[in-house]
Amino acid sequence: MPTFVYMTRCDGCGHCVDICPSDIMHIDKTYRRAYNIEPNMCWECYSCVKACPQNAIDVRGYADFAPLGHSVRVLREEAKGTVSWRLKFRDGREKNFVSPVRTTPWGSIKGPAEYDAPRPEDFAKQELAHEPEALKISGGLPALRPEQLKRGVA
Amino acid sequence: MFTNNPFAASADFWSPLVMQLYVVLMIVLVAAGTLFDIVHKGSAKYFFDHWRKSKSKGPQQVGGGELVSLAVKTGLVDVLASGEFCNARRRLAHLLTMYGFLIYVITTAVMVFGYPTPAAPTPALLPLLWWMGGLMICLGGYWFWFFIRVDVAAEGNSALRIMPADLFILSLLGSVTLGLIWAYLQTRASSGANVFFGLYIIATTVLFASVPWSKFAHMFFKPAAAFEKRVSYANGTRSNLPGPADKPEQFGSAREHARHY
Repeated sequence: MPTFVYMTRCDGCGHCVDICPSDIMHIDKTYRRAYNIEPNMCWECYSCVKACPQNAIDVRGYADFAPLGHSVRVLREEAKGTVSWRLKFRDGREKNFVSPVRTTPWGSIKGPAEYDAPRPEDFAKQELAHEPEALKISGGLPALRPEQLKRGVA
Repeated sequence: MFTNNPFAASADFWSPLVMQLYVVLMIVLVAAGTLFDIVHKGSAKYFFDHWRKSKSKGPQQVGGGELVSLAVKTGLVDVLASGEFCNARRRLAHLLTMYGFLIYVITTAVMVFGYPTPAAPTPALLPLLWWMGGLMICLGGYWFWFFIRVDVAAEGNSALRIMPADLFILSLLGSVTLGLIWAYLQTRASSGANVFFGLYIIATTVLFASVPWSKFAHMFFKPAAAFEKRVSYANGTRSNLPGPADKPEQFGSAREHARHY
């Protein structure tokens, strides 16, 4: 379901260019509006759709599986910290959802640089940096012990 | 310098009638180019199709009085104040360029048709406004082209890279900059004034003759799109967008500006 841009709504501000993780939102060379240069590489993350201040980006389903006439649109309101969805089905039904952008106050989550640097012996472990403390799992991550593994077929 | 009508002063070089015919030709080129653009790209057809679809689907009917009110709001907010821009720098640059262009074009037409020769003394205010309009275009236009264009840093391109989207802004800046240089050289009685006058005419012709290939026509279709957007919000379709969230309202933040990497 690649994204596309309503050219009359877009003002070419570049928010979608900034945020696209696939780097496929570019500025058109003739009209200086945003467009998706490679729709088949779009993974439908909706980042650009939510970031667009003009709500100029929409997502369309491929005709072979998405029913024509449906609509999935999203509105991010950063001042409220909300993301709202409106789903319209082709039979006329409609569903609306509202979600918070985050559930913890700003500044309450430490950034990577605010943690201690890993010790040399930490590099030999299977856990990632700051695990398992950061996962808040007492006793460490559950893992299979060697004696639990089958050795050949009995 | 700022009170000298450059068009009257060049009456010896180019007869006022030719200058007036040239201005009329430019107006015709803009009108014809815009009509061609509308037909070729189907923008008017798209607008009216979308308009009909949006109107019939809306849960609320928008009456004639409300339509007028929306049209006035579109004119005041979206057109006169460039209200659709979300980035303050882009909005300011656009306002400078837009109002500069209007002042510059209107004063040019008034001076060419109203005060074409030194025999008809030009009020000092007109050339002053012409200079002011030209300098506003330069300020807004160069600011935009060198510092605000999105595709430069994001694509790793040179700041001097030129592409078809630059046709409008560069021909506008070329026309105005060369026009101002010509007017300045004229007051200094420099022999280079005629050369710059020729370059000014070439750049101006490119600006107005390239309407079908440039974004000049945006000044016609953008207000139409802004009006259609306001109507879609008034009749409840909101272009299928959800309404403003009434919950949960927590941990909001200000919008960050695009950094373009």
